Amino acid sequence: MEWETVIGLEIHTQLATKSKIFSGAATAYGAEPNTQACAVDLGLPGVLPVLNREVVTMAAKFGLAIGAKVAPLSVFARKNYFYPDLPKGYQISQYELPIVEHGTLEIELEDGTTKIIGVTRAHLEEDAGKSLHEDFHGMTGIDLNRAGTPLLEIVSEPDMRSAKEAVAYMKKMHSLVTYLGISDGNMQEGSFRCDANVSVRPKGQKEFGTRTELKNINSFRFVERAINFEVERQIDVLESGGKIIQETRLYDADKDETRSMRSKEEAMDYRYFPDPDLLPVAISEKQLAEVRNTLPELPDAKRQRFMADYGLSRDDAGQLTADRMTADYFETVAGKCGDAKLAANWVNTSLAGALNKDGKAISASPVSADMLGGMLLRIKDNTISGKLAKEIFEAMWQGEGDADTIIDKKGLRQITDTGAIETVLDEIIAANPQQVEQLKAGKDKLMGFFVGQVMKQTGGKANPGQVNELLKKKLGL
Amino acid sequence: MHQMTIAELAKGLQKGQFSSEELTRAYLQRIKQFDAELNSYITVVEEQAIAQAKAADQRLAKGDAVALTGIPLAQKDIFCTNGVKTSCASKMLDNFIAPYDATVIERFNQAGAVMLGKTNMDEFAMGSSNETSFYGPVKNPWNIETVPGGSSGGSAAAVAARLAAAATGTDTGGSIRQPAALCGITGIKPTYGRVSRYGMIAFASSLDQAGVMTQTAEDAAIMLGAMAGFDERDSTCLDKAVPDYTATLNHDLKGLKIGLPKEYFAEGLDNGVATVLEAAIEEYKKLGAEVVEISLPNSALSVPAYYVVAPAECSSNLSRFDGVRFGYRCEDPNDLEDLYKRSRGEGFGPEVKRRIMIGTYALSAGYYDAYYLKAQKIRRLISDDFKQAFKNVDVIMAPTAPTTAFRIGEKTDDPITMYLSDINTIAVNLAGLPGMSVPAGFSQALPVGLQIIGNYFDEARLLNVAHKYQQITDWHKQIPAAYK
Repeated sequence: MEWETVIGLEIHTQLATKSKIFSGAATAYGAEPNTQACAVDLGLPGVLPVLNREVVTMAAKFGLAIGAKVAPLSVFARKNYFYPDLPKGYQISQYELPIVEHGTLEIELEDGTTKIIGVTRAHLEEDAGKSLHEDFHGMTGIDLNRAGTPLLEIVSEPDMRSAKEAVAYMKKMHSLVTYLGISDGNMQEGSFRCDANVSVRPKGQKEFGTRTELKNINSFRFVERAINFEVERQIDVLESGGKIIQETRLYDADKDETRSMRSKEEAMDYRYFPDPDLLPVAISEKQLAEVRNTLPELPDAKRQRFMADYGLSRDDAGQLTADRMTADYFETVAGKCGDAKLAANWVNTSLAGALNKDGKAISASPVSADMLGGMLLRIKDNTISGKLAKEIFEAMWQGEGDADTIIDKKGLRQITDTGAIETVLDEIIAANPQQVEQLKAGKDKLMGFFVGQVMKQTGGKANPGQVNELLKKKLGL
Repeated sequence: MHQMTIAELAKGLQKGQFSSEELTRAYLQRIKQFDAELNSYITVVEEQAIAQAKAADQRLAKGDAVALTGIPLAQKDIFCTNGVKTSCASKMLDNFIAPYDATVIERFNQAGAVMLGKTNMDEFAMGSSNETSFYGPVKNPWNIETVPGGSSGGSAAAVAARLAAAATGTDTGGSIRQPAALCGITGIKPTYGRVSRYGMIAFASSLDQAGVMTQTAEDAAIMLGAMAGFDERDSTCLDKAVPDYTATLNHDLKGLKIGLPKEYFAEGLDNGVATVLEAAIEEYKKLGAEVVEISLPNSALSVPAYYVVAPAECSSNLSRFDGVRFGYRCEDPNDLEDLYKRSRGEGFGPEVKRRIMIGTYALSAGYYDAYYLKAQKIRRLISDDFKQAFKNVDVIMAPTAPTTAFRIGEKTDDPITMYLSDINTIAVNLAGLPGMSVPAGFSQALPVGLQIIGNYFDEARLLNVAHKYQQITDWHKQIPAAYK
């Protein structure tokens, strides 16, 4: 039987506010345990939450960016359950009246076609703390630094039909929230993670199959692997006559498998009710208009502009606009060197490769956009050859300074003095009479041999084009 | 000195007739003398009180004192007090030293008031008789075999026996007004949102409101003026200017329209209480007020609605007491579930557990609409009743409680009867209105309270209406014989 996969994603994205959603404590990542948790975060008796209005603006931005309805009035509710890293015994979230509803996101598939994915809702909530199970001799330590960190939970419609679509959606959403500046999108630090609802049904069947929920997937690679594993598991179960149990499953990246956490029967009753400590969140038309004015250029529009204004290919523009930092970086480089295609090439290949190799984000790149632009300018003005540029880039990456400094320090300035090149060329012609004859006889490929020899002798500082011309002149070609 | 009101004490302090330290020591002495029997305090902070009194004396000497500077007060043990045990009368918080001050406490500190100690109450403010306290029941100074009311029973008894010049209370369903009535003192619960709830341990967040318990309406005006006002740490606290409540105390009541809701004078009302109320209404007529009968048709629904909303909120509010970060933790828990079950099972008393269970049930999937949502709808109907009434009258008067103080132990085995003792006060909380109780006489040697209900943020008028009555009566000046 042919099966169809149905996937919906719930993405939790941490909002990039300085302080927490309901307290003044800082949200910075990586501090000593419990140093960024104030009385409110600890859930001490008597404390009360006060909404950080910044999160409302951020959620509204998101809503507008996906063409959703931003609710004029949304309500915070309490989700009640006991867990040691949940200090109040309830999580403040939104339930019946979320701040954002009914949006869409367009994704691009591998074959170049596009697909619209529905976004059911997005709501604001606070994160819980962290339970530390190591280093406490059989006991559990609690770190409440993360408790109260603002999250936007984005729930999609079950519109995706393959793991690849799910990855495309997740990437596009990641790109969007970082563009909007509402999240740093840092997946290693858990700022962007997702749960996947997965089911399968015989192709052509209208009703959805029974779904399982895969919890806490924190990379694009894992989301694909987790879904693929789960789809195969479900098909195996169904094809061998079994039934899918509605349950929550955990993806284990080390073993590349999912396993059951709890079934629907064990599912908790969260006893949601409106939080009486917080007023409904109101957003007026005027406030919404102000937010609309602050919306930055979004990925799709930027991609179109890069293609139109810079003459870039759809793929190049797509890669450059996948995240805002890269797009900004590219535009700085292009502006500085005046050659957008050259800039695109360097950003998409050498820079992307180096970042990938060192596992660095572009924001932490040792080579700034100004530095790269400065180096490309030296290619453009013939100070260096493209080949030398690779070496200079590597030196800049190692922190040896900007291109001009390295060029001077290492004496890499291209030799443009014809006399100097002629001298070298004469020696090479004299030393290789056989090759000269062959070249004269029409074996054009040997041009490369001579140019290569000159480059070798000059340590790559000769201008290959110039060498070509001189050689032709000398041999009367 | 202990027979004097705050207004009188403030004059004495400012004229240098006595010092705050002398006054404070006098009250501390009275607490030592009488409180072993009354049990109105959970914690007395003698050293801190004397230090605060000395600081107040310096401020008085410098001439930058305000009305409350140097006045010894008692604080209900529901308010967090930095460095001082804040127990909420529960075993759960018997070991809890609050690391911060509630906004209310902060404001009294800024005014230079002296805190004598923390008063007894029903556990987590859940009760109408002060019998649910982990620290034992409080006795009513008018008859120590009867209850002082609750939940602010310790504060009421302390003020009635003059073991503090005044005290704070909190009122979720009548917890200021009912004990004030049963102990023969003045109490006011302001409009929901008038006083910050920050640092006040939550029972039912949408109903809880702090207020004061005093000898006179004038004292209540002074106290409320000091504690009311906007606080950015409480989102439900309104940003609305606080009037000088003392400035309007003497406004003439001629033409004041008083509404008497027939539902509050129906069956179940004790005859003695009814007689006292009639006499009080007569006094108001003498002051020039007009009296009309009104109807609050949904009154009967207030108790059932309250006993869904309040437990629902409490079941969630009390989840933080889990033995993990503070408060009581059971010994040697086997695992997490054991830690939760035994810490909460051993730390909470029976009434608290009962309400957590009722509330958990009411919020459960499948029951939410039938209970919680329905109760919220009833709440709106009750508010609408009051809105309608206030179109025609300025204030509403009714008995604060249907009976006088009942005997200790009389209702402990019957929670429903106990819950009905708040029948006259609960609707005011559900609507979020301000309400007062004023001593209006006695029935069989026990005090009776007159309840005055006002429109939203009309505290100044309530205090004015109460004060004028206290100018022509002396019920508020009565002190139980043993504590004169």
